[in-house]
Amino acid sequence: MTRAKLPAWVDYGLAPLLTLAAALGASSLAILAIGENPWAALSTLAGGAVGDTSGIGYTLYYATNFVFAGLAVALPFHGGSFNIGGEGQAYLGGLGAALVCLALPAASWWLVLPLAFIAAFAFGAGWAFVPAWLKATRDSHVVITTIMFNLIASALMAYLLVNVLIAPGQSAPETVTFAESAWLPQVTPLLASMGIEIGPSPLNLSFPVAILASFGVWLLLWRTRWGYEIRAAGLNENAAAYGGISLARTTILSLCLGGGLAGLVALNEVLGAQHRLLLGFPGGYGFAGIAVALMGRNHPVGIFLAALLFGALYQGGTELSFDMPDVTREIVVVIEGLVILFCGALESLFRKRLEAIFA
Amino acid sequence: MGKAWILALGLMTTLASPASAQTFQPAIVYDVGGKADKSFNEAAFAGAERFRKETGVAFREFEISAEAQREQAFANMARRGASIVIGIGFTQKVALEKVAKQYPTVKFTLVDTTSDLPNVQSVIFREQEGSFLVGMLAAMASKTHKVGFVGGMDIPLIRRFALGYSDGAKHADPATEVFQNMTGSTPAAWTDPARGAELARSQIDRGADVIFAAAGTTGLGVLQATADGGKLGIGVDANQDHLHPGRMLTSMVKRVDLVVYRAFMAAKNGDWKPGIAVLGLAEDAVGYTVDEHNDKLITPEMKAKVEAARAEIIAGRLKVREYQAP
Repeated sequence: MTRAKLPAWVDYGLAPLLTLAAALGASSLAILAIGENPWAALSTLAGGAVGDTSGIGYTLYYATNFVFAGLAVALPFHGGSFNIGGEGQAYLGGLGAALVCLALPAASWWLVLPLAFIAAFAFGAGWAFVPAWLKATRDSHVVITTIMFNLIASALMAYLLVNVLIAPGQSAPETVTFAESAWLPQVTPLLASMGIEIGPSPLNLSFPVAILASFGVWLLLWRTRWGYEIRAAGLNENAAAYGGISLARTTILSLCLGGGLAGLVALNEVLGAQHRLLLGFPGGYGFAGIAVALMGRNHPVGIFLAALLFGALYQGGTELSFDMPDVTREIVVVIEGLVILFCGALESLFRKRLEAIFA
Repeated sequence: MGKAWILALGLMTTLASPASAQTFQPAIVYDVGGKADKSFNEAAFAGAERFRKETGVAFREFEISAEAQREQAFANMARRGASIVIGIGFTQKVALEKVAKQYPTVKFTLVDTTSDLPNVQSVIFREQEGSFLVGMLAAMASKTHKVGFVGGMDIPLIRRFALGYSDGAKHADPATEVFQNMTGSTPAAWTDPARGAELARSQIDRGADVIFAAAGTTGLGVLQATADGGKLGIGVDANQDHLHPGRMLTSMVKRVDLVVYRAFMAAKNGDWKPGIAVLGLAEDAVGYTVDEHNDKLITPEMKAKVEAARAEIIAGRLKVREYQAP
């Protein structure tokens, strides 16, 4: 499909807004069908997401997960690999972070936090290494292998949490709560100490890390030789190989960096919010990352915006089912799904018409 | 529409004013099974509904769908002026305690596990006592002298059901063989009816003709399979006898509904107290059901024997073993 060149504000501003509007229109029909007022429901959703500082905090907190998960898909995507394994890589990242925190209960934060950060990244990258290596040397399909590694990760973590890491004397499969020195500082108390009062939320310092990571991915892909090699291999691997680029290296590099970024979901969830490792903590963020990356057109800026939208939907949806008991959690998923469908899969819905007007 | 969207945001900032803190506001947070699980969470919902009907006071509720929502749910309830928040299920403990510390004036009731915070009331059950009685019924109703147990997640709580059931069956008839399966070792084991049905069928193949399901919605699959196989099922937590009339021997009820109802009532009347309550047969908080769906299956002799055992247990003359976590 050839695309006519549109003005940037139409391509990145008006077109997404139109699809979002269409998605909200379709959601209204779903809400009408269960006998609720769509306007009230959608305002509750929007207000829950950005209506107060606590809502904004939660939105950014959820968005942090989606940024990491989205980057984890986008980076390998530029290298020609479709990483579906973000869920498992995030899970293993949590294991890495938790092992550091549990092994060093008495150490101070300047030792624990950097080590936990490195471990989360390394464990995520390590989990991606096997599928990457299999692709590089055996030409195994990464879609298949990374999906399978999600299942292996969840089985491994279930075993570890049920039998090895579980806190003694309780039924829930989760570790003990980490020592406070291993907690990534949250924004609410941080701002309070500076005299700024905002509502409580688990938003923590991994949010700026996510912004830095987005910038880092952009820098790597478009400003370094490695990034150039990765993109060249992704565009045409034969040409890249002919040009002297090692495909094995670009594959392994891009997938492992992607895995490491997925592992950083644990930074937000395990170190920033829960302060313990619990079963199933990635909660589908890894999979949502695929939609985030696609919606953001695999560009860090797009991913950041898409992650904000996902975060807002997630937080707003939670508030929605709080305030309107008839809007069950299933309806919330329907609304989220419609928005994702329209913004991700049907993003060119209005394109022809916009091209007729603006191009 | 872009404009309308911005308008909506503006509107919301004005709408999102906190609810008045004066009135009594009860709230409840269900576990992942959801309030329509026909079992544990639904029993809690029934208790809250009873409170609403009798007092006319509406309650807030929330069903958990992701781990991160637990703390958010409790914090949201507390922040919006809830007077009492009930957390259903042992997985709520950490989130509930975290929020309870932040909101020391809000009352919290935790069901199925314990906490020693000053504003938390914990309610646990002596499941082994009720399980003992339905184990007796199972053994007496079995023609093959083989009975089954299908548990949900393999945790000490469910092993308490299993041990009581097996002891009860052997108490009624020492020759009874008890098959025991757990569905899994993760929370997914609570929501897998297909696997539940599979486990029940394999127990039936080995000769079991009464099967006790203590497995959340997984149990619905177990009960379906026993009914389809022409055998008898035993329900759990809520009265599930209506699911397959004539094919349900009884249900081991855990009166979560009563706990929720009483906690709301006590909080409303000002006599709610923190601390740990352990409820069993003596408090009528666990037991077995007899209603129009199963009264033909439970003969007067069976009932007499079980009632005798129940009196013995309450009087302390018959000791029911409690599963001890290693």
